[in-house]
Amino acid sequence: MTSNRTMTSRASIFTRLGDYGYFAIGGAIFIALLFAFVFIQGGYLLTVMQLAMIYGLFCVGLNFFMGYTGQASFGQNAFAAIGGYGTAILCVEYGFEPVVALVASMAIAGVISVIVGYPTLRLRGHYLAMATFALGLITYDLSVQWTSLTQGYMGYSGIPPLGIGPFTVEDERWKLVCLMVILLFGLWVSGRLRNSRFGRALRAISTSEQGAAALGIRISQYKLAAFVIAALYASAAGSLFAHVVGFISPEVFGLQMVVVTFTMLYVGGIGTVLGPAIGAVIASLLPQILRSSGRFQDIAYASILLLLLIYVPKGLSALSGIGRSRPVRSSTSDADQARPLVSDGRVGSDCDMPAPQARTGS
Amino acid sequence: MALLTVRNLTKRFAGLTANSDINLDIPEGCLFAVIGPNGAGKTTFFNMVSGFLAPTAGTIEFAGEDITHLRQDRIAAKGLVRTFQLLQLFKNMTVAENVEVGFHLATTGGVAAALSRLAWFRRQEADVHARARELLAFVGLAGQAEQDAELLPYGQQRLLEVARALAAKPRLLLLDEPAAGLNAHETDALAAVIQELNRKGTTVLLIEHDMALVTRIAHRIAVLDFGCKITEGAPDEIKRHPDVIAAYLGTEEAAYA
Repeated sequence: MTSNRTMTSRASIFTRLGDYGYFAIGGAIFIALLFAFVFIQGGYLLTVMQLAMIYGLFCVGLNFFMGYTGQASFGQNAFAAIGGYGTAILCVEYGFEPVVALVASMAIAGVISVIVGYPTLRLRGHYLAMATFALGLITYDLSVQWTSLTQGYMGYSGIPPLGIGPFTVEDERWKLVCLMVILLFGLWVSGRLRNSRFGRALRAISTSEQGAAALGIRISQYKLAAFVIAALYASAAGSLFAHVVGFISPEVFGLQMVVVTFTMLYVGGIGTVLGPAIGAVIASLLPQILRSSGRFQDIAYASILLLLLIYVPKGLSALSGIGRSRPVRSSTSDADQARPLVSDGRVGSDCDMPAPQARTGS
Repeated sequence: MALLTVRNLTKRFAGLTANSDINLDIPEGCLFAVIGPNGAGKTTFFNMVSGFLAPTAGTIEFAGEDITHLRQDRIAAKGLVRTFQLLQLFKNMTVAENVEVGFHLATTGGVAAALSRLAWFRRQEADVHARARELLAFVGLAGQAEQDAELLPYGQQRLLEVARALAAKPRLLLLDEPAAGLNAHETDALAAVIQELNRKGTTVLLIEHDMALVTRIAHRIAVLDFGCKITEGAPDEIKRHPDVIAAYLGTEEAAYA
C-alpha cells in the first residue's frame, strides 16, 4: 500500500502534464512535420499517405462498430468493395459526377448494410465474426465471378479523378489535401457522435448489453446503426480509393484489407476518436521506413507491431489523453480512496505509463 | 391498485421448477422486499419481472398494463428499472458517464441531433451532465465522477448502479441483492440511500439475502423457498413466522426427514 501511495503521487505529476496534453501537442507537431516532409519530398510517399488517409477513413468507420460498440466485423471490406465498384461503374459506364457516384454508392452500401445487418447482428461474439467474415468472402467472390457487372479479375480502370463539375483534382499533392480534409471531417463526425447520447449508448453496449438493456437502450437498433455507419464510411473509402488510384480490382478489397485495417485499429487505439487515423498513418508508413532493411522488412514490421501491442496495448492514442472526451483531474483524496484497490490488479502498468488507468480512451 | 401485480408466475427449466405459482402485489410507494435462502428462486423471479427471462406461465402487470412478454428495454421504458446482482457497469466509461447513460430514456436524439447539436440538444446534454452529478452526490460519489467506473471499490460500484438506475427515473426500482459483498459500513450507506429514494417517491422491490437489512428497512416482505412464496407480511410478522424460521434455519422435522 505504501509503495502505491508514492507511485500515485509521482504519477499525478505526469497526469497533470498529460492534462495539458504534452503528448497531444507533441503528436500534433510530429504529424505536422510529417506532412510537411511528405509535401516537400513528394513522389511515392504522397501515394502512401493518400492511401493512409483512405484506410484511415475506413478505420474511423470500423471503429464505430468494433471500438465504440465492441462488436466484431471481419467483413467491412464488403462495403468498401460496394463503394469502389459503385463509383467505378457509375463513373465509367454511366458518366456520373464523382461526387454523385460517391453519394449513390454510399446509399447503396447503407441499404445493403441494413438488409445484411438486420439478421446478422442477432449473432454475438465469434458467431458474428464468422458471419461477417462470410460477408466479405461472398462479396469478393461476387466481384470476381459477376463479370458482366465487375469485369472480374480485370477490374475497372480509367476511373476519373475526384472533382466537382469542371474542377478536378489531378495534382497528387492536392489529392492528399482533399483526402486529409475528408478524413478530418470523418474524425469530426466520429468525435461528435461519440460524446453524445447516441455514442454513450453504443459504448454502454460494448461492456454490458444487459446493463444497457435494463436502462432502456434498444440493443439491436444501436448495433445496427453502428454497423450502417461503419458501412457508409467503408463505402466512402472505397469510392475515394477508386478515384485516387484510378483502378480497382477484386484484390483491392480482399482479405488483405481486413488484416491491414485491423492492425491499424489496434495500433492506433480502438475505441478512441483519433486512434484509427493515427494507426492508419503509422501502419502505412512503417513498411516504407523499413524498406531499407531489405529482406528483413517483414520481420522488422511484425516485430514493431508486436512490441506496440505488448507495450501500448490500448493503442498509440492512449499515450496521451487526446482520445478522451474530458480531462481527468483526480484530486489526491480520490486517489487515496480508489487507487490502492485498483493497483492490486494492475501493479505493473503504473510504472509504464503516466497514470494509464485514468487515461485510456476506450 | 397495486403498481406491480404478479399472478401465478411460474418458470420451469427442463424439469426443475425455479418459480411456482407466485402471486405478488406491490403497492405504489412501498419498499417491498423478497427474501429467501440461496436457490429459492429470487433472481429467477426478478429476471422474469424485468423481462430478462420469459416465464413458463403466469402474468406480470405493471401500472395496469400487461408486460409479461415485453423486451427488457420496453419494460424499462415503462418505468420498471433494475440493477444486477452481478454488477453490469460500463467499465470503459467514467463514473459520471455511467449515470449519463442512465438518462437514455429520459432524453431523445440520435445521430442527426448529435451532429447538428441544435440548441435543445446542447441544453439537454448540459442538463444530463449536471443531473448526473446531482445523482452521484445523492449516493455519495460526487468526488469520483471523472474516474473510470472500474476503478471504484466494490461497495461504491454498487452505489453507482443504483445512481445509474435512478437516472432512468423509475416508478419501480428493482434492486437485485444490492448489499451482496458489502461490509457493514457500506451496507448502512446503501440502506440510507434506498430509504431516501423510497421516501422521495420511488417504489422499491428489493431482493436480499441479508435478513437484518431487510427487516430494518422494508415495509413489507415476501418469502420464497424452493420456488414458492411461503408467506408475506410486515417485517415483525416475518421475523416470527415459523415457516420463515424453518426455511432459514431448518426445522426439527426437516432434520429427521
